[in-house]
Amino acid sequence: MPPTDTTPEAPTPEEAPKTPLSKTPLPETAPSKTPLPHGDTPGIRFEKVVKRFGGNVVLRELDFTVAPGERVTLIGPSGSGKTTILRLLMTLEKVDDGVIWIGDRSLSHMERGGRRVPANEKHLHEMRKQVGMVFQQFNLFPNMNVLRNLTEGPVHVLGVSRDEAVERARGLLDMVGLADKIDAHPSQLSGGQQQRVAIARALAMQPKVLLLDEVTSALDPELVVGVQDLLRDIARQSDLTLLCVTHEMHFARDISDRVLMFDQGQIVEEGPPEQIFGDPAEQRTRDFLQAVLAT
Amino acid sequence: MSWDWNYTGEILPDLLSGLRITIAATLLGYVIALVLGLVWTLLQRTPSRAFNLAVHWVAEFIRSTPLLVQLAFVFFVLPGWGLTLSALTAGIIGLGVHYSTYTAEVYRAGIADVPRGQWEAATALNLPRRRVWRSVILPQAFRRVIPTLGNYLIAMFKDSPLLMGITVVELLNSAYQAGAKSLQLLEPLTVVAALFIIVSVVSSLIIRRLERRYATN
Ligand SMILES: Nc1ncnc2c1ncn2[C@@H]1O[C@H](COP(=O)(O)OP(=O)(O)O)[C@@H](O)[C@H]1O
Ligand SMILES: [Mg+2]
Repeated sequence: MPPTDTTPEAPTPEEAPKTPLSKTPLPETAPSKTPLPHGDTPGIRFEKVVKRFGGNVVLRELDFTVAPGERVTLIGPSGSGKTTILRLLMTLEKVDDGVIWIGDRSLSHMERGGRRVPANEKHLHEMRKQVGMVFQQFNLFPNMNVLRNLTEGPVHVLGVSRDEAVERARGLLDMVGLADKIDAHPSQLSGGQQQRVAIARALAMQPKVLLLDEVTSALDPELVVGVQDLLRDIARQSDLTLLCVTHEMHFARDISDRVLMFDQGQIVEEGPPEQIFGDPAEQRTRDFLQAVLAT
Repeated sequence: MSWDWNYTGEILPDLLSGLRITIAATLLGYVIALVLGLVWTLLQRTPSRAFNLAVHWVAEFIRSTPLLVQLAFVFFVLPGWGLTLSALTAGIIGLGVHYSTYTAEVYRAGIADVPRGQWEAATALNLPRRRVWRSVILPQAFRRVIPTLGNYLIAMFKDSPLLMGITVVELLNSAYQAGAKSLQLLEPLTVVAALFIIVSVVSSLIIRRLERRYATN
């Protein structure tokens, strides 16, 4: 069962009627081309996004769009900015310039008196409700058991009752195959189990956009497949907008509608997985794929 | 000079009541140190840099001045400003406030030790800031600093004789008073030392147990 269907009464921030972007051009940035379609699931757009760390310009006026419900895999050499893109979307980093749109609302900025100003914590809180992230290192809360890892957010952020949060947690643990670990602490679980709990934890918040950053690369080889199978099912059964960073080409092929090849913070090439992996047009893509296959 | 067991028996009740005062002052002071230390730490993490720095320097000032001076200040100077405290209360407050500046450092280090990924996971779950502190950061920070905090309990216990300086009849003072009558200090002081060692060792054992319990979990 798609996780988004289990609790129809959950708040959906996208419900409010929206004014198309193009009708309310905001000052200080170039007017946007077309408004993203917005239904239940928002799309994503990066508009001339610049991100620096000190003097290191990681993203240089990056533009790209992800359609609502689209599943996109980001590939590219280490240091090419893939993680930074996901972290920006999760508001773990701030853009230095440009705008990131989730649906028809700007993530990094908000409107105040017709002017665009940097987002405050309230706006970020509102925007983050739509986004969930699974980390390479799981980042489960070691001081809580599995159940509380899964209920903490729903209870304290979504305002779900404790009973309902527990019910939902049970459902998700069933889905990830860890119903019997509900009382375990993260330290008692294998890496693969921890990552599956982390996926369940992210889904418990009912995000519309899910970010996966090399979620199997910290796992022992024999545990990778289980987690990938789970994510494959989730991708297939839900209408989540999915951004996935992975070096596992088979997995990328199964999970994504489109692949973006990054190098030095810019998109080198993009296309359906069959084309990118089977018949890449760019030399840099070919080199990268060769290097990945060699390892 | 030879050891007089009869005399030892006579003074023992007085010494034990001194020990009670010492333990009470240490424990109550410790509670103040634990709570106020956390307040210092959190007050140094507000959005205002200037405020954080001011708090830092106040705490630094308290930490760098001798405890005995602070005790004297609380007991002898504050009454002039309309705040009169009993010697024991003044002692407890002085001890607690002084050591709170140490526990503040302990908490600060414990919080810094919580991996960045925990903050990020909390942000990704969209937990409100207060909730992040309460549910995620502080529980993990506490666990990390339990041994260090335990050592400060013992340190406070060993510093408690300074309360004698403001007339509290704690363990050492009770020994002096007992010895003053007979002018014989060997027995009282030896018993004091023995009691200090016994309490310290017992506390250490308890702390080690706590430590093990939290380390395995
Ligand atoms: N917090 C940070 N501080 C400084 N530099 C960073 C930070 N995070 C990432 N970078 C730099 O940004 C670049 C892109 O990093 P990242 O987005 O992690 O790449 P990828 O995920 O594609 O390997 C790298 O050069 C990296 O060193
Ligand atoms: Mg990365």
